[in-house]
Amino acid sequence: MELRAIHENCSGCNTCRLACAIENFKEVNPSRSLLTIEARFPAPGDYRIHLCDQCGECADSCPEDAIHLKDGAFIVDPDACTGCLICVEVCPHDVMFIQKHSDVPIKCNLCGECARTCPRNAIVWVQDIENDGDQESEVA
Amino acid sequence: MMYGYAGTILRVDLSNATIRKEPLSKSLAENFIGGRGFVAKMLYDEIPSGIGPYDPENMLIAATGPLTGHFLPASGKTHFGTKSPATGGYADSNMGGHFGPQMKYAGYDVLVITGRAISPSYLFINDDTVEIRPATEYWGQGSITTEKNFKNHLGDDYQVITIGPAGEKRVRYACISHDFGRQAGRTGVGAVMGSKNLKAIAVKGTGSIPVADLKKAYAKGKQAYQKVMAKPGFKGWTPEGTAGITNWTNEVGVFPTRNFQTSHAGHYKNINGEAILNRLKITDKGCFGCPTPCGKYGHTQTKLGSAYVEGPEYETIALFGGNCVLKTIEEVAYANYLCDELGIDTISAGVVIGWAIECFQKGILSRDDIGREIDFSDLDSVAYLLNQIARREGIGDLLAEGVKIAAEKTGKGSERFAIHVKGLEWSGYECRNAPSMMLAYLTADVGAHHNRAWVLGHDVAGAWTNVHDLISSETEIRAQPKAVVSERSAEYVIESQDKRSLFDALGNCRLQMMELGFEAEHYAELYSVITGITKSWEALLKISERIWQLTRAFSVREINGFGRHLDFPPARLYEEPIADGPNQGHVLSREEIDDLLTWYYTARGWNENGIPIKETLLSVGLSEVAEDLEARGLL
Repeated sequence: MELRAIHENCSGCNTCRLACAIENFKEVNPSRSLLTIEARFPAPGDYRIHLCDQCGECADSCPEDAIHLKDGAFIVDPDACTGCLICVEVCPHDVMFIQKHSDVPIKCNLCGECARTCPRNAIVWVQDIENDGDQESEVA
Repeated sequence: MMYGYAGTILRVDLSNATIRKEPLSKSLAENFIGGRGFVAKMLYDEIPSGIGPYDPENMLIAATGPLTGHFLPASGKTHFGTKSPATGGYADSNMGGHFGPQMKYAGYDVLVITGRAISPSYLFINDDTVEIRPATEYWGQGSITTEKNFKNHLGDDYQVITIGPAGEKRVRYACISHDFGRQAGRTGVGAVMGSKNLKAIAVKGTGSIPVADLKKAYAKGKQAYQKVMAKPGFKGWTPEGTAGITNWTNEVGVFPTRNFQTSHAGHYKNINGEAILNRLKITDKGCFGCPTPCGKYGHTQTKLGSAYVEGPEYETIALFGGNCVLKTIEEVAYANYLCDELGIDTISAGVVIGWAIECFQKGILSRDDIGREIDFSDLDSVAYLLNQIARREGIGDLLAEGVKIAAEKTGKGSERFAIHVKGLEWSGYECRNAPSMMLAYLTADVGAHHNRAWVLGHDVAGAWTNVHDLISSETEIRAQPKAVVSERSAEYVIESQDKRSLFDALGNCRLQMMELGFEAEHYAELYSVITGITKSWEALLKISERIWQLTRAFSVREINGFGRHLDFPPARLYEEPIADGPNQGHVLSREEIDDLLTWYYTARGWNENGIPIKETLLSVGLSEVAEDLEARGLL
């Protein structure tokens, strides 16, 4: 299971970002969200959703082996993390976040609240596609 | 702690470069809710009576409401208020996008700008850091260009409002622009911003808004999204947004055309919502938290050039496609783009240009006066005039004053077809056979604007329907019977005014209720769980009525000789029967309009001249206002 962005469905409302902040931090504060929406205006005039697809490059790059896969999501172990921020640099989607409230980088834990609350079907769950080629199926 | 609100009013005086933060008072929040309520109360209490709109003492207020920035459908609204360049009385203009929520995350419910900067400046806000910074390098730039430059300079996570050249030149219908296509369009708020030498405000917030019961509020917010998305209008209304009603307004003959000479445009299928989808649209573009985005962002190509542009929305289609008779959606969109970049309200601009073209056709304005020949259905004429207006060059200096002043200066009978009320140009519904909607325009507190009350459903479609039901009607001209003029119109208008205005106070969009039929009571529940102040919808409506009486009182105080005569439309709308189309031959008489006003005044508790009586003000908790007006001899 992973999250998939369908950029052309996004209308930039940022409902996903507010939901993420409320679900994970109990705050009405989208700046704490663990995904971003890039508004590309005036040209080319569209949106790009930047979210974690659990590609694991953060874990691969971590010199302290502080990022581990658990229930489909890569999770930062705050006790093992030294705050070197190499993972922030290598993240291909710019979704390893440094927040003022935390000493270690924070990332998506695959809670799925963004997909559940998106009113546009722009973020969806997809099943792991490794075993069934390009047969993606939307389940939520 | 005040739940739901950010808790602070930010006051910036540009004359002496002072920045002051003060706590939002509990009584202001409870008695006036937010947004439009805050604007009305602060303007009445704080503006020195008798000042001009461009005097440094005038206030430019940006106010959010208790629902702004919270998890519920379409909580992205910001309400601007000032003393009106258009009418000299009360003015406000509501804007979507993402600016208001960002203000609250930065910690501010309200921004109050007074004074005048010595040189072009912008206001920088990053949470607690507030600075007045130089903006000389941006002065003269278009709104879209300026916003992009600010984003490049400060970062994409800043939300920016700007003015264009029209605001700098104090065009009386200059707008405040935001998010590459959202505007506080009406009443000239951009001109007031320009008069303060304020080019832009950039805000970034990383704070949290406190909520009385977050768990419950989040659950109710999610339910609200689900309910909105389950409405039939979700799929019927959202794809085309406001442009979707272009077919209906033409079928029933309420589409202003050729400077309101008629109310049906034969080419309407070439400028409707479908044309936008098929020929312009790149993406839906939503305001903060919106599940039903009206914004259609696209790209247009015309003989004058190509442009990225948001829209056109219905109002722009009506005033450029109908009133100026531009024949294709591409041309309407290009005129829309020019207005957005120059920082001009498309509604007022479409009325002013329609008037100018008719003046030229009648020989009232000459080729020498204008600098060239102008005509309906001619994009060159529209583009030429927009550029002249925004820079106040040549004929533009006259037209920049708005259609009321331009007609008064021009004379020769041109006042009869200068389509405005109180000085604000008329928006996109022709009302000579729509008595309730006519009354809505006449009594709107900012001037001839449709957003205070939308009651056409009572005039045309018989019983009330939601707007999404109107867009699906068959596309054919439907000859309309003469509308019945009755006392009920006052009731419809007042109900709509109090209901719709309440959303401007709460700080979220009303379209989910008005267009999709999402039940109003949900908003009272959301307000109560977010703020911890339990109020029913009826109790909130009472406050809305208080705000309505207050804005009328402001205009009574600020406009010399205010009264019934200012609630009248121009002569065209009660003397000339509609030329053709579904409403051919219909017109409301002057007597019928007088009746409508009398019924309305009586129901509002106003005297025969349209002035609130003392008992009315006392009954809505405005005793200080009653005392003030009485002391001035105005009651």
